[in-house]
Amino acid sequence: MSPSRQNLHHSLHSTMALPKTSYSVLSAFCTEENISQCIAYINQEVCSLGLTGVSLESKSGSLSAVPVLNLLYEVLQLQRRAQRALHELETQQLKNGSDLEHLQHSNCRLKDQLEHTRRDNSGLHEGERQLQLKIKTLQNWLKSEKEEVQKLQSIISSRATQYNHDTKRKERECTKLKERLNQLLMDKRDKKLSIEISNHVGRSDGKRGLWKTGKMEARHEGEMYKALLSDYETRQRSLMMENSELKKVLQHMKKDMITILSPKKPEPANDSLEQAVSECEEEIGDPSRETLEQSCEQAREQLTNSIRLQWRKLKSHMERLDSQASLVASQEREGEEMMSRKEHEEEMQRMRMELQQCKEFIHMQQQLLQQQLSSPCDEETAALLNDCYTLEEKERLKEEWRLFNEQKRNFERERKNFTEAAIRLGHERKAFEEDRAAWLKTQFLNMTPFVDRKRSALSDSALSVGTEPEAKLQSTPPLVTKSLFSTPKAASVKMPSTADLYRTLHLIPDSRGHGKCQSGEMSTKSRLRNCSTDCSVLSFVRDENSPI
Amino acid sequence: MNFSEVFKQSNQLCKVSPDGKYLATCVQYRLVVRDFNSLQIAHLYTCLDPVMHMEWSSDSLFILCAMYKRGLVQVWSLEQPDWHCKIDEGSIGLVSSRWSPDGRHVLNTTEFNLRVTVWSLCTKAVSYIKYPKACQKGVDFTADGRYMALAERRECKDYISVFVCDDWHLLRHFESETQDLAGLEWSPNCCVLAVWDNCLEYKLLLYSLDGRLLSSYSAYEWSLGIKSVAWSPSSQFLAVGSYDEKVRILNHITWKKITEFEHPATIINTKAVVFKEVEKRPVVGSEDLSIHQLTVDNSLFSTQSKYEITQLPAQVPVIKPDPDRANPKIGISALAFSADNRFLATKNDNMPQSLWVWDMQRLSLLAVLEQTAPVRCFVWDPRRPRLALCTGNTKVYLWSPAGCVSVNVPVEGSFQVLSLFWHCSGSSLVLLSKEHICLLKYILYNVSLSCHLIGILFRRHAVFL
Repeated sequence: MSPSRQNLHHSLHSTMALPKTSYSVLSAFCTEENISQCIAYINQEVCSLGLTGVSLESKSGSLSAVPVLNLLYEVLQLQRRAQRALHELETQQLKNGSDLEHLQHSNCRLKDQLEHTRRDNSGLHEGERQLQLKIKTLQNWLKSEKEEVQKLQSIISSRATQYNHDTKRKERECTKLKERLNQLLMDKRDKKLSIEISNHVGRSDGKRGLWKTGKMEARHEGEMYKALLSDYETRQRSLMMENSELKKVLQHMKKDMITILSPKKPEPANDSLEQAVSECEEEIGDPSRETLEQSCEQAREQLTNSIRLQWRKLKSHMERLDSQASLVASQEREGEEMMSRKEHEEEMQRMRMELQQCKEFIHMQQQLLQQQLSSPCDEETAALLNDCYTLEEKERLKEEWRLFNEQKRNFERERKNFTEAAIRLGHERKAFEEDRAAWLKTQFLNMTPFVDRKRSALSDSALSVGTEPEAKLQSTPPLVTKSLFSTPKAASVKMPSTADLYRTLHLIPDSRGHGKCQSGEMSTKSRLRNCSTDCSVLSFVRDENSPI
Repeated sequence: MNFSEVFKQSNQLCKVSPDGKYLATCVQYRLVVRDFNSLQIAHLYTCLDPVMHMEWSSDSLFILCAMYKRGLVQVWSLEQPDWHCKIDEGSIGLVSSRWSPDGRHVLNTTEFNLRVTVWSLCTKAVSYIKYPKACQKGVDFTADGRYMALAERRECKDYISVFVCDDWHLLRHFESETQDLAGLEWSPNCCVLAVWDNCLEYKLLLYSLDGRLLSSYSAYEWSLGIKSVAWSPSSQFLAVGSYDEKVRILNHITWKKITEFEHPATIINTKAVVFKEVEKRPVVGSEDLSIHQLTVDNSLFSTQSKYEITQLPAQVPVIKPDPDRANPKIGISALAFSADNRFLATKNDNMPQSLWVWDMQRLSLLAVLEQTAPVRCFVWDPRRPRLALCTGNTKVYLWSPAGCVSVNVPVEGSFQVLSLFWHCSGSSLVLLSKEHICLLKYILYNVSLSCHLIGILFRRHAVFL
């Protein structure tokens, strides 16, 4: 402010000082020659200021002093006014400056106050928050205390019910006792306690009872302590065994860890490992010592410490491996990585699918099995089951067929034998017939004439018989031969039926069904045996034979 | 396998002799002894009153029949049917009666648990044991039959007495650190006695044979505690079932908990298999309902059922117990180890229709069997890892690691199986209904698939491997 005011003064002074110096300027400005120009100029300037101009009196070519003086006076007035204004402005300026300063001060003060209040506010907030927190914790504590109280109350109530229950029970027992006591006091006859035993039984171990003496007591004590000791000994033994087994396991573990940490693997930082291995090798010597001092505390501690050391080394080794693996993996090309992972994932996916399929299959089987055992009311399943059942039947049927075929074969064999036997029989019969015929012939020939007639008749008949039998025999051989012949043919084609065979041998009647046939059959038999002369019979026989 | 015919019994009294040769049943006041294989009646005895309790002696030579109302115990001999023995407790009454392990002494607990009388069948000696405690399980014999542990209560304190069964000599008598002893059980190796407190306090104490306290275990305070306890057959584990629906397994070396088995309502364990019993009612058309068919073919109304494997996560049906009743129906009430120590079967009372089977080698859940009715009874085969259970309907269910199966009891009229037990050889099951028994014989182990079966299922893993 003051420098500016000084400047202002200076400028004023300079302006005030202007006229002094400006005289020379004015003189420079106005000369004898350019009066009119100067006057014109001054008029111009004055007009611009709003003052009346100076008129140039051209009488003597000089200015009249009055307008000039008036002008000058007006200018001076102007100047005075300007100065006053300036002065006012200056004072105003000073005032403003001081006001500004004042305002700035108050601003600063207010800012500080604001800051201060803000800080107070935050402090109060903080305090409030802490109080809230405290309230919460107190509430929680109150809740827990209430719960505790409730729990204790419930415990108390349950205990109270238990006590009441017990008390009631005891009271009931007491009353029962009292009643009983009363009853006993009233009751005169007292039933004595007794034992009725038909005969005393021997002791279970067969030994005799012993008297109770001090020695017995000592023996009992001894036995009791023995039992206790043996129990402790067995327990100690089992614990020792367990202990030694665990120690062995630990030693194996240690050995394994040592082998794992051995410098077979190409590791950058091998020195520490080698050191470790050498340390381990030193410690390998220890186990042998350790086994000797099994129960020694130091040995045990040594073992556990060495195990712990090894474990730590193994852990660090594993960590190093892990980090290296991750480094190597990041160094590899991504495609390869992706491929291997992809393959791996594909593999996993395939395995999962397979697993799912297997699971489903097993589930289905389980269901089927359950269905099987519960009632299968499905038609399909019934059909399936039937199939299963018929399978058994089919098997049985096959077996029976086999048996049947075997029997058939046996039967065929027997029939063949039979046929052969029949043939043989036929032959023998033929021979027999011949013999008989011969015998009859001789008989007849040896007979008398009277008898001859008979005999002749007989012989006739015999002859006829003989012829007939011959014929028959002749016929039979053809028959037989026929049959014989037929049999081979039949054998080549088929065997004669049993009925045919029997018919051939006259063992069965003709199926034509003549009653006479039957009787005839019977009679022919007898006749054949007794040499009858019944031609009709013979013819019958022939008749019989003929169709055959 | 085949089912035998049905015989009568009363009071669920049917027991097989320890040597497996005979089957004894009580019908009112008659005792019927049958040969187990032929089911022919071998002996018939008549008691003086309806029999309330019947027990074989350990050498299978004698049978004890107790009649509590009259305070009588009668002992019958198998070798000499005309030998008789009658023990009369007199006016003091009788509450329970049992054999001693040598089969020659009878222990009678008098009314109000005033005392235990030891009657000898060999001599005329009678011994008395005073102040026995009336609790869930106050008397236990060791497996080898040498010692007996008895809980006593004197002057509001619990004591335990250990007797030598040979001559009933008191070996040890020590105070128990329980508030109110609920039960005690010897370990199968006879050296450790597990003692537990009643449900108001969770406390399990382990005493050695000579009375020293080996260890004490308590899982939590104030809530209801132990409900059931079971030793594993090798004495390796002690399973403790409690009211908080968990089973805690303690090991025999440190007596500390090695794991706990939870019974959640939602099963998410992927290694477990959940078998759900599904009933199939046979569809009956209206024309089939002729009277003739109804009377002859009772299978018309008997439902077939089979097991289905449920997908995990599976929901187990839960029944909320009544909070105002004492001894609420919540918690593990029954535990049983299989004979080979590999499996543990548990039943949670607020999931009464489910039976949980745990694998003890992996210490994890193996299978859950969800039935259509509350499980009444389950027993392991004494030889093989096979479980038989019944739910009060006409079926018997068998579970083995290969799968499980439901078998219908083909008896005319309905035979509601209320309880069952195995024959000591593990090849037969005896089923008991309210008034009858039925035997299921020749149950082959490798064949879970026989023609009687209704449902066959394979374990999920076995199928898909």
